Amino acid sequence: MQPFTTLTGVAAPLDIMNVDTDMIIPKQYLKTIKRTGLGTGLFAEMRFNEDGSENPDFVLNKPAYRKAEILVAGDNFGCGSSREHAPWALLDFGIRCVISTSFADIFYNNCFKNGILPIKVSQEDLDKLMEDARRGANATMTVDLQAQEIHGPDGGVVKFDMDEFRKHLLLNGLDDIGLTMEKAPSIDTYEAKAAKSRPWL
Amino acid sequence: MANSSAPRTLYDKIWDDHVVDTQPDGTCLLYIDRHLVHEVTSPQAFEGLRLTGRKVRAPEKTLAVVDHNVPTSDRSHGISDPEAATQVAALAENAREFGIEYFNELDKRQGVVHIIGPEQGFTLPGTTIVCGDSHTSTHGAFGALAHGIGTSEVEHVLATQTLIQSKAKNMRITVDGKLPAGVTAKDIILAIIGEIGTAGGTGHVMEYTGEAIRALSMEGRMTICNMSIEGGARAGLVAPDEKTYAYLMGRPKAPKGMAWDMAKAYWETLVTDEGAHFDREIRLDAANLPPIVTWGTSPEDVVSVAGVVPHADSGHTEQKKAAIARALDYMGLKGGEKMTDIKLDRVFIGSCTNGRIEDLRAVAKAVEGKKVASTVSAMIVPGSGLVKLQAEEEGLDTIFKAAGFDWREPGCSMCLAMNADKLAPGERCASTSNRNFEGRQGFKGRTHLVSPLMAAAAAIEGHFVDVRNWG
Repeated sequence: MQPFTTLTGVAAPLDIMNVDTDMIIPKQYLKTIKRTGLGTGLFAEMRFNEDGSENPDFVLNKPAYRKAEILVAGDNFGCGSSREHAPWALLDFGIRCVISTSFADIFYNNCFKNGILPIKVSQEDLDKLMEDARRGANATMTVDLQAQEIHGPDGGVVKFDMDEFRKHLLLNGLDDIGLTMEKAPSIDTYEAKAAKSRPWL
Repeated sequence: MANSSAPRTLYDKIWDDHVVDTQPDGTCLLYIDRHLVHEVTSPQAFEGLRLTGRKVRAPEKTLAVVDHNVPTSDRSHGISDPEAATQVAALAENAREFGIEYFNELDKRQGVVHIIGPEQGFTLPGTTIVCGDSHTSTHGAFGALAHGIGTSEVEHVLATQTLIQSKAKNMRITVDGKLPAGVTAKDIILAIIGEIGTAGGTGHVMEYTGEAIRALSMEGRMTICNMSIEGGARAGLVAPDEKTYAYLMGRPKAPKGMAWDMAKAYWETLVTDEGAHFDREIRLDAANLPPIVTWGTSPEDVVSVAGVVPHADSGHTEQKKAAIARALDYMGLKGGEKMTDIKLDRVFIGSCTNGRIEDLRAVAKAVEGKKVASTVSAMIVPGSGLVKLQAEEEGLDTIFKAAGFDWREPGCSMCLAMNADKLAPGERCASTSNRNFEGRQGFKGRTHLVSPLMAAAAAIEGHFVDVRNWG
């Protein structure tokens, strides 16, 4: 997994509440057996018309945002299904950071497994960042995970909270399966104990 | 480890019994007793194991089934969609290679993953259950801590039989009173989601309690827990009781003999202690609930069937007003329309929310001797092969077919429309499933979530009807 340290890039405004994972990656893209290549399906039903042509009104089709690396979105981003295809699609498109007032739990977890940083901010900060993002390609933001800060185009700084363990994994690009496997003796001990107390399992 | 003498919630108890390791920051390694695997969210996880040379730690605690992608037409001659066929073949091969029990598309035990878990007795009280599917919350009806995970976590569980977790907050939803006739478990959960919103349960595990929940069958409790995720909670819980034990006894994977007695003694301790702390409490009176229909593109967009479509200016914030306007536009509705004036093109009865035998019995009772409206195409997809067989033994299929319903093979079908069962652009559907998101049941398709009884009545009349005074 690619570490996430700092990111400077264009932020795209997606001012919609409850952006669900069906919107992020519609089901016709879930038939793959790979993790890569899903960027073409990102927001497909909003990004493309029925004939497959681009919808010029959708934010990521506008020239200023075609290379956006940060998404500023409405409340409850990523609600719905557990499909990890959602963060895979964001990553494949080039988006490595999503900022919102809240995220659905499973989507939030899935981001960290893929080097994507989901940032929760207050409504007041989101409104400000949304305004910044609306200014287009000249309004780049810098996200500094170590310092837990977002630097807006005017030099304004928004601080954000982050779980220490998740931050550590993301900063170092660590594989958490490898870390857990180092705890195999604890798992063995647990299984031996459970086999006695709940032998029917 | 929590102080075991302090009063604990049901969630606290299951959690405490599964902690393998706790880090100084409170992050835990949680043991997973049961892992369900399906074809859509697992191929990349098995590929990950192969690339790193890792094995499945406990194949006997894992059960695989195909459900999302399979056609609901006759599949004895194979699956014609090449991508779906590839995913199904990949699961068969992965199950074989890693030694996991697998129900293929022709097995009578095959069905929607959240229907077959309980049906097989794989789902048991006090267990931790995960699956790469958000509706894993369904299994919470048995007093199991069950939730959806992403594919990276599927790989983590396959490799280690554990999950890295932070403990969620406790939320209690008490539903008092008795449900009026024609109002069901589906209406209870839609009302709850309408009350708290789709982010209302984020970061929480919801325990459902109260007279109305106790009165529900296991099927009804599964419907409630199933849609906990639509309320933002990863997991829902109902404490096990005699109904739970009666449902499980004799199931193929449930404990037998002395093991059953020992298990039951443990299960009986799985109740929230008097005085245990809940971070949030919600209370509803079942007696006041109407049959509910969703009008918009979020499960929180609920209204009584006797009500009207809301106006965009009824939103309390600018964001909410914009969301309502967007949903009305997508759904092709205007504020102020009566719900019972909304005409349907399609009806879908099935899914992990409402594809069980009790749901089909309710539909059969409502439609016996009647005909589906000529303007409506209606399909019934049983949740599993065993549900299908049971329904056929009871003659329900004869009633459905005589009424003009299409009786299908089991699978997820038009709940998420990954197979050929989908809405055409602009088609309007009364659906017993769980999500009315834009495009969920087909590109530009329009979904209204309802109970099986409401869907059955809508199929017959061609528009929504208030089932409290129908039939």
